[in-house]
Amino acid sequence: MPADPHDLAPIAGDSMAAPTRRRQTAGARRRRALRLRERLRTAALGAVSIIAFLGLWQAASSTHLDLFLRFDNIPAPSQVAVRAVAVVGSQSFLNDVLTSCDRVFLGFAIAALLAVPTGLVIGRYRIAHDLIFPLTELLRPVPAIAWVPISIMLWPTDWQSIVFITFLGAYFPILLNTLHGVRRIDPVLVLAARSLGASEGAIFREVYLPGALPAIFTGLAVGMGVGWVSVIAAEMISGQSGIGYFTWEAYSLIRYSDIVLGMVAIGLLGLVSSTAIRGLGRLAMPWIPAP
Amino acid sequence: MIPTKGLIEIDHFGLEYISDGGATQAVADVSLSVRPGEFVSILGPSGCGKSTLLNAVAGFLKPTQGRVRVDGEEIRAPGADRGMVFQQYSLFPWKTVRQNVEFGLKMKGIGADQRERMARTLLALAGLIGFEDHYPDRLSGGMKQRVGIVRALATGPKVLLLDEPFGALDAQTRVIMQQILTNIWQRLRISVLFVTHDIDEAIFLSDRVYVMTARPGRVKAEVAIPLPRPRDPESMIGAEFLALRRELAGLIREESLHAMGGELAGGMSGIDVMLGDGSLVEML
Ligand SMILES: Nc1ncnc2c1ncn2[C@@H]1O[C@H](COP(=O)(O)OP(=O)(O)OP(=O)(O)O)[C@@H](O)[C@H]1O
Ligand SMILES: [Mg+2]
Repeated sequence: MPADPHDLAPIAGDSMAAPTRRRQTAGARRRRALRLRERLRTAALGAVSIIAFLGLWQAASSTHLDLFLRFDNIPAPSQVAVRAVAVVGSQSFLNDVLTSCDRVFLGFAIAALLAVPTGLVIGRYRIAHDLIFPLTELLRPVPAIAWVPISIMLWPTDWQSIVFITFLGAYFPILLNTLHGVRRIDPVLVLAARSLGASEGAIFREVYLPGALPAIFTGLAVGMGVGWVSVIAAEMISGQSGIGYFTWEAYSLIRYSDIVLGMVAIGLLGLVSSTAIRGLGRLAMPWIPAP
Repeated sequence: MIPTKGLIEIDHFGLEYISDGGATQAVADVSLSVRPGEFVSILGPSGCGKSTLLNAVAGFLKPTQGRVRVDGEEIRAPGADRGMVFQQYSLFPWKTVRQNVEFGLKMKGIGADQRERMARTLLALAGLIGFEDHYPDRLSGGMKQRVGIVRALATGPKVLLLDEPFGALDAQTRVIMQQILTNIWQRLRISVLFVTHDIDEAIFLSDRVYVMTARPGRVKAEVAIPLPRPRDPESMIGAEFLALRRELAGLIREESLHAMGGELAGGMSGIDVMLGDGSLVEML
């Protein structure tokens, strides 16, 4: 009988030394200082274009520039800033922001919970792919916003129909990226898992899911972006609340500074959500080297 | 202690690939065996069906003709009783070295503590202590293949199958890897079926070598390697070693020429010919 491989003492000698911790040398410190200077330079250059943009806008608005583009109704950045102080802390603005977040995250979460497993299964099984994929391809080219009228008729409440539209927007990018991720997994990894005794379920958990994770997170980031687009559009068209509604209502009520405030808020919310997803991705995929 | 488990019997094995372009007979009528605890190599030119043969023993491919058995039982599916090391790197990139090695044990339902203990012994055996928490991405090619070997051994398989595991490594690393593999094999007394197209590697490692013909692969010759063990790189310059090398080189040369098409066979004495796999062989 072959000896139990686990009862054996290790052989000394041929083992390599454990990696030594790199010490902080003067050279490393200098490189760090250089990197910091490099970064400051990059930041300064970026600031130049942003400040120029705001400056030109301020000039155009305060002089009521009317050269084909008409700035007479466009609020200047300074006016927006003054208005922001009054609005941003207010309860109703906060409510609008939270309402939109609620809708996006719910629609997005349902989309992710459905799209990831579906993508894994249709990526793995030819028969599931052939069954489900044609329907997907039929529905996918229709933008989520085009669903607004149908969605209003379909769902009992506004809130539900807006969540549904967000869901539709987020679903397809997540599904397609997951599918793509499964397809890109090196088949030898599946063979390796099988020869190590993995069952079909274990292969899903241990190979397909982690193997597709980078693509899944790409899909989640895109899906989150489309989710925001969808929720804003849906709120502008059919909502009674939410940051999209706030922005559109500001236009109807001639509160022009509020339009810009709404736009900025939407941009920031999108930024925060995509940063959060990227952060989650890094936590979930510690094997991917940091960029 | 004489090993009693891990008898591989390949009996008139043939395999035909069916694809859109038609059928390709990759391997035809191969019969060979590996006795318990024996180290056997399959040596053959590129494309002669070595991987095909090994994949059939692993259970990834069903024989079109003949039978493949391990300890008398016909192979029907892949399983942890046969450890497999692949021609290309095949570590799970999302698992650390330790998690890769523990994978088979986890599939067996062994608890975390025991898994870690078992993995540690094998990692030490392969000189991988200190790298347990690294991801494969950060390992050298030689380390990756060592982890691959250890991972295949962790479940305590009856046989170990290796498909040109050192093919992608530089010559120095290769020699070190061969010694490490020999060490592990001598400690575990496990049956090994090792595929290579490197003659020196086959001689250094094996008890017996089967030489295969060009496609469709058949067994052309069986050569025993009676060199005493333990072997070291110095034993690779002795007269006995050189005689074996000459014998195997002669066998392989005929097949490589075959693989390149018969037209090269005549009238090329004294010319160095680059073979398909890049090795330089002097024509007699
Ligand atoms: N899936 C497949 N479909 C059709 N033909 C195949 C397939 N896999 C391999 N072959 C063919 O079968 C033959 C044997 O392939 P195999 O990979 O077993 O050779 P090998 O000896 O391992 O070669 P190498 O030394 O290059 O690894 C080759 O001619 C190859 O082209
Ligand atoms: Mg091969």
